[in-house]
Amino acid sequence: MSMVAESRTTAASQAGLAGVGTRPRLKVEQASYTYEATDRSAPKFTLEPMSFGAQKSDLVGILGPNASGKSTLLRLLAGLTKPLSGHIEVDGLEVSELDLRARAQKIALVQQESELLFPLRVWEYVLQGRYPHGRRLRFESAEDCLLSGNALAQVGASALRDRWMDQLSGGEKQRVILARALAQQPSLLLLDEPTQHLDIGGKVELLRRLRRLADENRYTVVIVTHELNLAAEFSDHIVLLHKGRCLRVGTPAEVFDRGLLEEVFEAPLEVEARANGRPRVILQGKQ
Amino acid sequence: MHPLTPRRILWVCAGLSAVLFVFVVISLRMGAYPIYVRDIVMTLFNGVIGRWDQIPSEFRLVVFGLRLPRIALGILVGASLSVAGAGFQALLRNPLADPYVLGVSSGAALGAILSLIVAPHTAGAIQLTAFLGAAATIAVVYFLGRRGGRLDSATLLLAGIVTASFLSAVIMFVMTTLSGRDLRGMAFWLMGDLATQPSIDLRWLYLVLIIAVGSIYTTSSDLNLILTGEQEAVHLGVNVNRVKLVVYISASVLTGLAVSVSGAIGYVGLLVPHVMRMLFGSDYRLLIPTSALGGAIAIVLADTLARTVVAPTELPVGAMTALAGAPVFVYLMRRRVR
Repeated sequence: MSMVAESRTTAASQAGLAGVGTRPRLKVEQASYTYEATDRSAPKFTLEPMSFGAQKSDLVGILGPNASGKSTLLRLLAGLTKPLSGHIEVDGLEVSELDLRARAQKIALVQQESELLFPLRVWEYVLQGRYPHGRRLRFESAEDCLLSGNALAQVGASALRDRWMDQLSGGEKQRVILARALAQQPSLLLLDEPTQHLDIGGKVELLRRLRRLADENRYTVVIVTHELNLAAEFSDHIVLLHKGRCLRVGTPAEVFDRGLLEEVFEAPLEVEARANGRPRVILQGKQ
Repeated sequence: MHPLTPRRILWVCAGLSAVLFVFVVISLRMGAYPIYVRDIVMTLFNGVIGRWDQIPSEFRLVVFGLRLPRIALGILVGASLSVAGAGFQALLRNPLADPYVLGVSSGAALGAILSLIVAPHTAGAIQLTAFLGAAATIAVVYFLGRRGGRLDSATLLLAGIVTASFLSAVIMFVMTTLSGRDLRGMAFWLMGDLATQPSIDLRWLYLVLIIAVGSIYTTSSDLNLILTGEQEAVHLGVNVNRVKLVVYISASVLTGLAVSVSGAIGYVGLLVPHVMRMLFGSDYRLLIPTSALGGAIAIVLADTLARTVVAPTELPVGAMTALAGAPVFVYLMRRRVR
């Protein structure tokens, strides 16, 4: 039996990391999804039923090669698509049944930002995060300004407040986008490849910041990433996906198994344990 | 942080209303029959408080019978086109969108012309067919402007240009079936013309204007978010499909309304929202009312010039907006819009 096949059974048995007794912040229970094949290009894709959970202050890393279903899983967690089977709950509420505003009060999703059509100041952008908390045609209150200011401070971007969005560097922009998500005051913070356009210093800084936000502000943070070592260093739990299947859920040390990772990522690598107990992946140049 | 407040909106709108009033008075003063500004203000004041007997009969005729209805029509058209333009720019996420560029005006014009031929005396028919023409055109342009399932800026504009030229050809074809006298009037109308008063009571048209602008205004907070990205707006809790439907219908109504009474007047829907953004920022809660007032000012000014620069001959107001609008457009393109 290959490592991948064996891991499937492990993942199934590991369903529910969310501790015993307390209600988990995030609960994924046998959730699955299927994209039908389209005549254009996409073949049929199935995300097989998977289960895991997370508590307050947990940082969960979703790992897997391209087309493993990471983004689909994130869309399910964000409530943008309804699972074909199973349940996804945040604070005990079924995500896909929440109305749009209620959902935006619970869950913030940070994706690669789209191009701004008209110039916007940083503070105007962050203030948009307060939208789910108001009525439809609304004017921002003093409290909204305060919370947006706090959100900017949390990501260390207070000094950028009056700058134009299109004049920020990649790292600055990423922080501002994160601030807007924090201004939503969500329980669950989802990030889709947040380190993609950052240099190595920016990546480490972002992950440190997310770790701190989870620890100090009790956010549950879920990030989809290709950065194995950053995920190993900063995550409490890892969800490893491969071709639409959840292979293993657990602490980085539990998931980072050399044979498993080599099979999933199709690359020769080594895994070593560091002094702090967290694993580190070293890529091998030769087969 | 200085978030937008209702008080700021009121102040800005009051300021623009004052500017509009000044241009209305100037426009009332211009013409073959000279009236002093003081007389105009007194006439308007007496008219507003209902003391009709205090107004000299020739003033009553010139101000309330001739010039004011035309100005009122201009205000209606300018406000409609500008708000429709601002709406289309958000709806299609394209800063160059406007009823004229997208061919929506041509669609409305074709609808209006067909109604003029088929049912020339039915009240409201021309407005209804103009709206249907506008709505059908934007649906076609939207469909043609998609590439790979996504709305593509350049493809959308090309789709608009192609649709506009196709519809113009159809309009020409239809017009060749008309007699010579009708033809000249219609050609003038097509260029954009405020000389003919609509057969339907202007108050009804204003009611439609208020409802359509009001509908778009209710979505203005949502539009601000949609402008920073549709997906992001969904994540922040905006019902994007509902907002798009409201803006799509309202902007089509506004285009139909403007075209049905004045033909196709270009550039106003494109330029006025841009100028207002430069002056007051791109927040739609402020942009919608300022575009309405700015559009009104632009058309009143353009029509005054159209009536007076080559007097006693009149230019179509559409020619005037194009004359003034094209250089402003070039200026905007070269200047970094901020």
